[in-house]
Amino acid sequence: MIEVKNLTKHYGSNRAIDNLTFSAGSESTGNIIGFLGPNGAGKSTTIRILTCFQPADSGVASVAGYNVFSQSMDVRRRIGYLPESAPLYGEMRAREYLHFRGKLHRMAKPDRDAAVKRVTERCWLGDFIDRPIGQLSKGMRQRVGLADALLHDPPVIFLDEPTIGLDPVQIRETRKLIRNLGDHHVVFLSSHILHEVEQICTHVIVVAGGRILASGAPAELSERISAGSRLIAEIKGDSESIVSAVKSLSGVENVDCERLDGWNRLAIESNGAGDIREDVFKLVSDKGWSLREMRREVASLEDFFIKITAEQSTAR
Amino acid sequence: MNTVLTLTKRELTAQFFSPIAYVVLVVFLVLSGIIFGMESFKPGEEASARTVFAVVPYILVLVAPLLTMRLLSDEFRTGTIETLMTAPVNEAELILGKFLGSLLFFVVMLAGTLLYPLIMSLYGSIDVGLALSSYIGLLLVGGLFIAVGLFFSACTQNQIIAAICTLAVLAVFTFLGDWLASNQEGTLRVVLQHLSIRAHYEVFIRGLIDSNHVVFFVTSTALFLFFGVKVLEFRRWR
Ligand SMILES: Nc1ncnc2c1ncn2[C@@H]1O[C@H](COP(=O)(O)OP(=O)(O)OP(=O)(O)O)[C@@H](O)[C@H]1O
Ligand SMILES: [Mg+2]
Repeated sequence: MIEVKNLTKHYGSNRAIDNLTFSAGSESTGNIIGFLGPNGAGKSTTIRILTCFQPADSGVASVAGYNVFSQSMDVRRRIGYLPESAPLYGEMRAREYLHFRGKLHRMAKPDRDAAVKRVTERCWLGDFIDRPIGQLSKGMRQRVGLADALLHDPPVIFLDEPTIGLDPVQIRETRKLIRNLGDHHVVFLSSHILHEVEQICTHVIVVAGGRILASGAPAELSERISAGSRLIAEIKGDSESIVSAVKSLSGVENVDCERLDGWNRLAIESNGAGDIREDVFKLVSDKGWSLREMRREVASLEDFFIKITAEQSTAR
Repeated sequence: MNTVLTLTKRELTAQFFSPIAYVVLVVFLVLSGIIFGMESFKPGEEASARTVFAVVPYILVLVAPLLTMRLLSDEFRTGTIETLMTAPVNEAELILGKFLGSLLFFVVMLAGTLLYPLIMSLYGSIDVGLALSSYIGLLLVGGLFIAVGLFFSACTQNQIIAAICTLAVLAVFTFLGDWLASNQEGTLRVVLQHLSIRAHYEVFIRGLIDSNHVVFFVTSTALFLFFGVKVLEFRRWR
């Protein structure tokens, strides 16, 4: 449903996205694709290109089988889009707005009535559908924008940070809604909330600095990441000798040491070949040090995210 | 065409919801009313609508920029342009819809001034043909002014900048053009005279509907609308 090849876009001399290539919404990726990345990663820029709002500098992209540059109207008829800030016309009532949008999609009156009713239920607009949009709260407006994206029942739906500004109950409901949308639509959503993407997406693409850093099913990604999990141990004694002794254990690649009220908090990175917990314990008891805590820190997508973000900023 | 009508309707409604549009409406009616009062009943002179009509474009130079400044600037500022241009709407339809919506609002404004010829008809006979050609002239001037304003509104997301640029251009072509022309010689003088909106409009308030002058207004309006479309297209590439 979404095919992207060597997509590049500059703003002046600033490269917002750099040679992106991916394909999504097929059998292998499932229908709910998460586009994950830190601020400024190029998520909104990519979505704007795929929704035909902006052209890219180079590369090819197609959505629902149509080229976003040369067949833009065909693409636009088949997509729903909720931009990051959910922009709406403040002077219109929510119902009027949805009808206006329906007309732009050339829906006849009976279809529009039915569609407005449907999205009102799906996006819980019942309480404020007849109030002017300018008087609605941020979260309510977000829901009106979401309703607009679903109105004409498009095969592909782009949501730029769909749960931003919602309360916890609404976040949960929206995630449930998105998961249900996956049955009949391809949903492409951006987010920098990791557990959100982990929870609702069937496929995750991680971007930073305009480049794809990793992609795969959420579980697959977590697995790949947790291979390099760390051991945290708090040991009392002379820190230099502790660090050098731990470093000399087989399988240990790196040790970070932090002093906390007389204790040394070690973060031990191993190559993942075997469990080193026993070795650490033996070492401590042989040397006569004290051990107050030892636990394995299973790396989450979160750690991966923070790590790649840090790598990105040092690489620049 | 349906899309244009949908956009036209939304624009007209938006004008009626905008406080600025009401201010413009009231200022326009009050100013033209004052001029009507001053000019039409000068002691010793015959009541004439012509002087009133002659001044209305000057009022429009001041109020048209206020009417047009938010048309597209606001869509850019609030980001609604993003939902519009990702729906099946092209640039030309958007410009045309905005233009027609504002033009209809202007027609409503003009309808308010119908009161003056009506009052005059109470005091004497009124030349219906003259009034008609004057109104057609005003409609053409208004259309051109709106097209200019729409063009500048497409150029920036700042309403104030859009309004000031519109005001400057309208002022130059409405009154400064004549003044500049009078200081020039030869071809430049002819060109400037030909571009003077006042000169073209004057024909209408003398009771003539001359196709040459109609063509001037229609083509210049179309030209600015076309530029507006091009600016919108260009802005997507940035
Ligand atoms: N209209 C613009 N003009 C100039 N530069 C822009 C524009 N929009 C985005 N950029 C730049 O492009 C890069 C990518 O921005 P983008 O908005 O795509 O990031 P994002 O991943 O959506 O970030 P966020 O999580 O903050 O929404 C950034 O460096 C940003 O400064
Ligand atoms: Mg963004």
